Amino acid sequence: MKTFSYRTATGPADGLEPGAVFLAGGTNLVDLMKLGVATPDALVDVTRLPLGEITDLPGGGLRIGAAVRNSDLAADPRARQAFPLLSQALLAGASGQLRNMATTGGNLLQRTRCRYFMDATKPCNKHTPGSGCPARDGDHRNLAILGGSEACIATHPSDMAVALAALDAIVHVDGPAGPRTIPVTGLHRLPGDRPDRDTVLEHGELITAVDVPALPSATRSAYRKARDRASYAFAVGSVAAALAVTDDGLVSEVRLAWGAVAPRPWRAWRAEERLRGRPATAAEFRAAADAELAAAEPGRDNAYKMELLPRMTTALLERLADREGR
Amino acid sequence: MRLTVNGSEHELDLDPRTTLLDALREHLGLTGAKKGCDHGQCGACTVLLDGRRVNSCLILAIAQQDARVTTIEGLGGHPVQRGFLEHDGFQCGYCTPGQICSAVGMLGEVERGWPSATGDDDPLSDAEIRERMSGNLCRCGAYPNMVPAIREAAGR
Amino acid sequence: MTAATRAIGAPLARLEGPEKVSGTAKYAAEYRQENMAYGWVVPSPVPHGRLRAVLADPSADAIAVLWHGNAPELAAADDPELAVLQSDRISYRGQPVALVVAGTLEAARRAAQVLQLDIETLPHEAVLRTDHPEVYTPDTVNPGFPAESSAGDVDRALAEAPVTVDVTYTTPALHNNPMEPHATIARWDGDDLTVYDSNQHPSGVAATLATVFGVDRVHVVTEHVGGGFGSKGTARPNAVLAALAARVTGRPVQVALPRQAMFSLVGHRTPTIQRIRLGADTDGVLTAIEHQAWSQTSRLYEFAEQTAVTTRHMYAAPHRRTGHRLLRLDMPTPRWMRAPGEAPGMVGLECALDELAEQLSLDPVELRIRNEPHTEPETGTPFTSRHYVDCLRAGADRFGWWGRDPRPRQQRDGDWWIGTGMAGATYPAMAQPSTARVRDLADGGFEVAIGATDLGTGARTILSQIAADALGVPTGRIRIRIGDSTLPQASVAGGSSGSASWGWAVTEACRELRRTGGAEAVFDTTDLIAKQEKEGRHAFGAHFAEVRVDAVTGEIRVSRLFGMYAAGRILNARTARSQFLGGMIMGMGMALHEEGVLDPALGEWINHDLAEYHIPAHADVESIDAAWLDEHDDQLNPMGSKGIGEIGIVGSPAAILNAVWHATGVRVRDLPARLDKILPHLPT
Ligand SMILES: Cc1cc2nc3c(=O)[nH]c(=O)nc-3n(C[C@H](O)[C@H](O)[C@H](O)COP(=O)(O)OP(=O)(O)OC[C@H]3O[C@@H](n4cnc5c(N)ncnc54)[C@H](O)[C@@H]3O)c2cc1C
Ligand code: SF4
Ligand code: FES
Ligand code: FES
Repeated sequence: MKTFSYRTATGPADGLEPGAVFLAGGTNLVDLMKLGVATPDALVDVTRLPLGEITDLPGGGLRIGAAVRNSDLAADPRARQAFPLLSQALLAGASGQLRNMATTGGNLLQRTRCRYFMDATKPCNKHTPGSGCPARDGDHRNLAILGGSEACIATHPSDMAVALAALDAIVHVDGPAGPRTIPVTGLHRLPGDRPDRDTVLEHGELITAVDVPALPSATRSAYRKARDRASYAFAVGSVAAALAVTDDGLVSEVRLAWGAVAPRPWRAWRAEERLRGRPATAAEFRAAADAELAAAEPGRDNAYKMELLPRMTTALLERLADREGR
Repeated sequence: MRLTVNGSEHELDLDPRTTLLDALREHLGLTGAKKGCDHGQCGACTVLLDGRRVNSCLILAIAQQDARVTTIEGLGGHPVQRGFLEHDGFQCGYCTPGQICSAVGMLGEVERGWPSATGDDDPLSDAEIRERMSGNLCRCGAYPNMVPAIREAAGR
Repeated sequence: MTAATRAIGAPLARLEGPEKVSGTAKYAAEYRQENMAYGWVVPSPVPHGRLRAVLADPSADAIAVLWHGNAPELAAADDPELAVLQSDRISYRGQPVALVVAGTLEAARRAAQVLQLDIETLPHEAVLRTDHPEVYTPDTVNPGFPAESSAGDVDRALAEAPVTVDVTYTTPALHNNPMEPHATIARWDGDDLTVYDSNQHPSGVAATLATVFGVDRVHVVTEHVGGGFGSKGTARPNAVLAALAARVTGRPVQVALPRQAMFSLVGHRTPTIQRIRLGADTDGVLTAIEHQAWSQTSRLYEFAEQTAVTTRHMYAAPHRRTGHRLLRLDMPTPRWMRAPGEAPGMVGLECALDELAEQLSLDPVELRIRNEPHTEPETGTPFTSRHYVDCLRAGADRFGWWGRDPRPRQQRDGDWWIGTGMAGATYPAMAQPSTARVRDLADGGFEVAIGATDLGTGARTILSQIAADALGVPTGRIRIRIGDSTLPQASVAGGSSGSASWGWAVTEACRELRRTGGAEAVFDTTDLIAKQEKEGRHAFGAHFAEVRVDAVTGEIRVSRLFGMYAAGRILNARTARSQFLGGMIMGMGMALHEEGVLDPALGEWINHDLAEYHIPAHADVESIDAAWLDEHDDQLNPMGSKGIGEIGIVGSPAAILNAVWHATGVRVRDLPARLDKILPHLPT
């Protein structure tokens, strides 16, 4: 860890000196600093800013302060009632201790768990632009099949972000150039030839809150995560879904997002579009998921995701359709 | 910088890079919290921060000057500690202080009605305890004996 | 029963329990020293090469940067890995090429991160394969067995057998990962060296350090150890580095390895490739068994895992052959990990038997019973005791095995495929020379001293029980002293031989004290053990598993795991059960989770932390239990005990893999069985 100065942030639009970064729960940043992958000159602690509240939005949505801890959000009665998939996604992530520390803003901005990225002694275009991407020929079992580039096939590891992507959540940011909003689905960049830049945020832009707009069908929503052990493990594939079905069994509303397949929480727009108005059957669900994967580029060791995601998607949507029918 | 641990206030002159775990172990001589991975991946360093369980290895001491830290040394004969003794809830003992602090924090979460990924009706069913305690690895595999230890400490 | 045998077997609670649950038990890195400095290892970033120079960043506040260009010369130890910073030669990625010493942990880590290394990189090889031209047969395999054995005509028997199995199983590199990382604090007072070190053998570590530094007085303190599982059996580089740095800087130095370093620096279980060929008649009686095993070792040191040795003891068959091949790679040296040889070897053998049972349409338990030998299958030596068949039968009864539908993929519960599987288990019963001392403290108490260690095995507690019975007093009157190299020399806490070896010495010393009526007695078991027959002594067991496999994702959960053991006299029912369960849980990790993922181009296991190298988490362990038969064996040692620390990991992985097959019809022959290996074969 490089030496740094530390101060607490005084206001949202404080800005950041060059080389400074925001510190929230620290569960990702401090980890990467110890590894020598993150080497900030200064830390600006945002956990004392008044960003720790969850408030109601008119019409049934929620505004989640950027400093709200993952465990508090997961336990919030309103969130559990209105957005079960969000609470489930949070609870499926990390551990009780980590969720007590991790914040909404930090969770969205956590970096990839690509094993090369997390080791400063190895080449990696994300931590050292131009040094190459050893993952392509090396270990990529849990890296991207969608949205990757020649330069990088990292996956975004967050569970929460997948649920937020399905919910069309809006990120509020504030910074030197003033406040703006960004849809969660547009927060993370695809790597292209700049894998070192994870998001569209500019230096000094602070996430202040995330709005989750009302979505009536979200009361029948769910998050499903597959992983290599029963708990305390990142996803190897995950699905967030909400579904509404008409009386005659047609899909009227569907939200679908995938985790652990792409550099961003992957909103399955194409699959959603294909499903709307179609019969809510396993065959349709599967076909929609396969359609979403038409653009996928699996590698040697992550091709299993091509089967895993459609199966999980089909099973989860079937379950939601079933619940809807009863 | 100031740290309040187990009810006593300490004035320390620390490198800003010092984690809460290293401050406890290397500067305050409170070696009950253990270092198993130093990266939030094992739970051995679990302490209570204002009553909430956290991994002290990923927390910078400098950011916690207003917090109350409780370590295993400050639990003072908690029922969870007695349960671990009664049920042989440990072998080498290295994960144990973290397990115990985590269980104490977890029982508080259950009291507050917090859910877990398991979603059982009984928040202290065996499956619930296992899931809620999964942030603490034990290489000796003492898990099966921790479950009754924790359940009984909760008065079940 | 007389009062004299009351303590042994009782479920006495661990003596050090109160310290462990209150956080006061001290582990190696926790002995505060005045003016202590911190050492941080700089690992080699290449698997093969030569270190030409190091360039320290002058702004990094290091006290010393040690490398082969300036480190004091050390005498050679048996283990070449301990010749740290002695040469420019780099033999594996992660090998220490420098040690940075600084006044704080934070400064040491940073200075190590920014240290520049000038390295000439040389070509490397990292992949174990059977057809490599440099594959060779070692003279012996650990701990001194012939590399090959054979009887009869295996090829002909296989050609003539009506039913055969010819399968290859592979196991990946596995990493011990005790929760306490290897750590040392070293302090010099003149030529006297004191080290607080996490290890399984304080007197061995002391002797090694004395040799390496050419001094007489080395004091190793090892009061509590946070697990070892074989990786702390001998001095590791951290001990030498700490002592070296303390010598150079004149300050006490702590070297605690980061978790990441433990994947290369302290040993691991070698990957194995195993080919098993079985021939049987149609009744399931084996006519031929062949087990060939390939494993790797490093350029530095020949470590030959005894993978196929268990097969020499398990089943009867007239025609039989075992063999071991090794390949040297530019990779870290493998070392012992819980049940070295037996754990991987019994995956191959017991899974192959399950495949044979499938072919024969014979119950897997019955198949094993039909091939029970009456004496050691290779040598004809009688067993001191062998209750394998009893374990199979009693285990099957308790587990509810009988009446199982042998066909795979028949049982479904909602989203889950359900299956059951079983496998045998065995582990040699060994004892090694040790010395114990007993003193009558004249206040009604007795001090029992032996340089043993308690890694969580319950050794401290068990020795007090053994001493109490031998002296005919309650355990409360025994004061146990272990964990210190200045105590009478004890053997290593390894090979499941600790209790047998130390308990034997303690028993004899106590008996001697009673016989002489003196104030002190010391007993060394070397002569007694030298006279003992070494063959035909094993613990046996049987493992039964029920798994459920998610029909959608292929995720596997072990819903029930049961071990039935015959392991001689159980010395403490409480700690024994914990030991058995712990071994079985590690076996679950081996079957389902654990794998050092190799990047051949970098020559490294790249998932080198606990987030990416998965060991079982609490939620993975559902219903699990162990039980044992009341086995009496008076030919072993005065207590009649066999070791129990390792047998739990032997066979439990195979039982789980066999259950996975039964649930899904998928034979996973390359461990671990993860969802991506199951998924392609599941029906949609
Ligand atoms: C062992 C382990 C297991 C884990 N398992 C999972 C898992 O299964 N699923 C999962 O989803 N996650 C998992 N995590 C990741 C964890 O969820 C994240 O580390 C956490 O959410 C990050 O939040 P934080 O508040 O600690 O962020 P920090 O570490 O404080 O910050 C992360 C990044 O966000 C920036 N940042 C923080 N807040 C703001 C803000 N308000 N505005 C602008 N920038 C900001 C920081 O500068 C930094 O770059 C795991 C982590 C660990 C260590
Ligand atoms: S996939 Fe991306 S993060 Fe991983 S090594 Fe390649 S460039 Fe780095
Ligand atoms: S030491 Fe903090 S989680 Fe492992
Ligand atoms: S008791 Fe040894 S790691 Fe848990």
